[in-house]
Amino acid sequence: MQTSQAFRENAVRAIADDELRAALDKVRQGFGGARRQAAVDRLPEFEALRDAARDIKNHAIAFLDIYLERFEQRVVESGGVVHWCETPGEARDLVLRLCKEVDARTVTKGKTMIAEEIGLNPFLESHGIAPIETDLGEYIIQLADEPPSHIIAPAIHKTKDQVADLFHEHHQQYGKTQRLDDPGKLVDEARQVLRRKYIEADVGITGANFLVAETGSTVIVTNEGNGDLTQTLPKRHIVLATPEKIVPTLEDATTLLRVLARSATGQEFSVYTTFSTGPRRPDDLDGPEGFHVIILDNGRSRLVGSPFQDMLRCIKCGTCLFHCPVYASIGGHAYGSVYQGPMGAVLTPNLIGLPTTRHLPNASSLCGRCEAVCPVRIPIPRMLRHLREKGLGERLVPLRERWAVAAWAWIAQRPRVYRLWARFLVGVLRTIAGRSGRVRRLPLSRGWTGGRDFPAPQGETFMDLWRRAGRGKT
Amino acid sequence: MPSIPDTADPRRDGTRRVGLFVTCLVDLFRPTVGFAAVKLLKHAGCVVEIPATQTCCGQPAYNSGARSEAQAIARQVVAAFDGFDWVVAPSGSCAGMLHRHYPDLLSDDAEWGPRAVALAGRARELMSFLVDVCGVTSVEASFRGIAAYHDSCSSLREMGVRDQPRELLTGISGLELREVPEAEACCGFGGSFSVKYGPISTDIVSRKTDALASVKPDMVVGGDLGCLMNIAGKMRRDGTGIAVRHAAELLADMTEDAAIGAPERAEV
Repeated sequence: MQTSQAFRENAVRAIADDELRAALDKVRQGFGGARRQAAVDRLPEFEALRDAARDIKNHAIAFLDIYLERFEQRVVESGGVVHWCETPGEARDLVLRLCKEVDARTVTKGKTMIAEEIGLNPFLESHGIAPIETDLGEYIIQLADEPPSHIIAPAIHKTKDQVADLFHEHHQQYGKTQRLDDPGKLVDEARQVLRRKYIEADVGITGANFLVAETGSTVIVTNEGNGDLTQTLPKRHIVLATPEKIVPTLEDATTLLRVLARSATGQEFSVYTTFSTGPRRPDDLDGPEGFHVIILDNGRSRLVGSPFQDMLRCIKCGTCLFHCPVYASIGGHAYGSVYQGPMGAVLTPNLIGLPTTRHLPNASSLCGRCEAVCPVRIPIPRMLRHLREKGLGERLVPLRERWAVAAWAWIAQRPRVYRLWARFLVGVLRTIAGRSGRVRRLPLSRGWTGGRDFPAPQGETFMDLWRRAGRGKT
Repeated sequence: MPSIPDTADPRRDGTRRVGLFVTCLVDLFRPTVGFAAVKLLKHAGCVVEIPATQTCCGQPAYNSGARSEAQAIARQVVAAFDGFDWVVAPSGSCAGMLHRHYPDLLSDDAEWGPRAVALAGRARELMSFLVDVCGVTSVEASFRGIAAYHDSCSSLREMGVRDQPRELLTGISGLELREVPEAEACCGFGGSFSVKYGPISTDIVSRKTDALASVKPDMVVGGDLGCLMNIAGKMRRDGTGIAVRHAAELLADMTEDAAIGAPERAEV
């Protein structure tokens, strides 16, 4: 398991991994730009929709308590239960209790990042309950015993051949002994294996894209329909959610759904959008007997009123990952955190603290593309800077870096000293470069010169040349 | 963030008094770009002055989280450029710092906050200033060959610079401008990010140089020296033989000197 503390080493390893590279190139070319752009181009009011989406989330967060209470009331009215948890530990224990109450031996799971956040699978396994992932991507990485590498595309780091090997290895027990390599056939085989799991499962666990206060409904989107089978077939449906998923009305949810799919996968709408309201009613043909919504805070309410409040707008579409140059180079695992990429670099330090995650906000060129594509206009670069400021204040930055910034800032505030320093620096670099125009190796800058030359200065500083030309008067 | 007022256009007498923010990278590494900017601005009818108290816009401090140092430098720049009609930088990144980030940085400062907002309204990137404010439609320059323009992130996303440089560059006689795939992607420079996270930065710039090389240009041009040094450094290391220059050099017809990171004469 990779950690955020080992981020640099993780990154170097990821960059050297050719199979990962092949997978990431495909992701970038498929999702990073073109698909989303095409979907956006087809919808002239997309920018206005982004504003509306941002405003809906801002409003819901401003009145979080009111809407959450209303949500609970509506869930209870429809026969369900809402549970409130502060910590991952509480949420895990609660899930276990809810599973044990119905003597669960296996649970099926739709895609949920909250389950990752609380480390649910290993916990259930350690208590003799087998969790079965039903989202194809999640299923693949469960077989590989790896965490998701992308919040909406968990197995995106896997190539088709790697998946074929995994299925070949794990599906023999079901009598499927042939190694397949056609993607369609692979999906088909997974479907056949999973179909019987749905029927055997005692509990179905899903996440929630939205919680609707107006109706007490939880909403999920999938492209495989696995979520529907997960939540309708077992006796009990457990929804794992967090407070900021709340939206006031069904109308609001549909506005957000319109920006969600376009941003995430470039689809106009996900293939399946499922609203769950309470357990099965007497005249329903199917549905769970019990409907439990767990709302886990895990530090999120602390963000209300903080410089990071805007992060609570995040609808987990994953488009900032798809558009991030750093993610495109290192993939998701290198971050060593549940949430990856730009959104993860803001959220993770806020959830688990900066001391173990300080690289995440620093490892960004601040190119701003994440903010440019975010469906709810989260100012991610601004928050990354804020986290850097916090890290510097908490002395989490190595002494050498702190000293370098301080020394440079001292000089930059003294124009006369600055001119001398500039002249000196130019002189040194010129001496090293000679007439070659470049420096191949530079002390303290191996990060740069390890893979690139450093262009040499032209000769003298502009300010010296300008003054000499007699035009420096002001 | 306080809103940035749009400052009124030319003065009554028709001349624009422009304070040139040279930028630290141009000062240190590429004086030609400074002279090219002066030439272009004068040609567009501006009176150009270069305040001697300028050093850097403070981005290295700002992006490292050293907020109070960045604030001190911002106040220094605000003071140095008081009284100009416009403040122009041959860099989207430094112009973006003045235009977008100073008001935010000094928003709690009763004295300097409003001055920062005023400066922000007058701060522009060079090429967009020439086109949008001065109405420049053509330049007197020639270059025989194929050029690829690199969009820097700050120019593109903070300063609204996209069409203006393309418009100016296509006006250069003999120049064929080619569009680069994934033009909106970062080159991986990111200031000190390029040193602190060197392997990631290097990997990002390899994708950029591959994309640039794919359109087979004779020259790569751009409006931000940081990106250009990164791209030139990578191309030089890889021996691609593609020249890299700031667009202002080409527009001002000042291309006698060696390109960025290129040898002054055949390397021995």
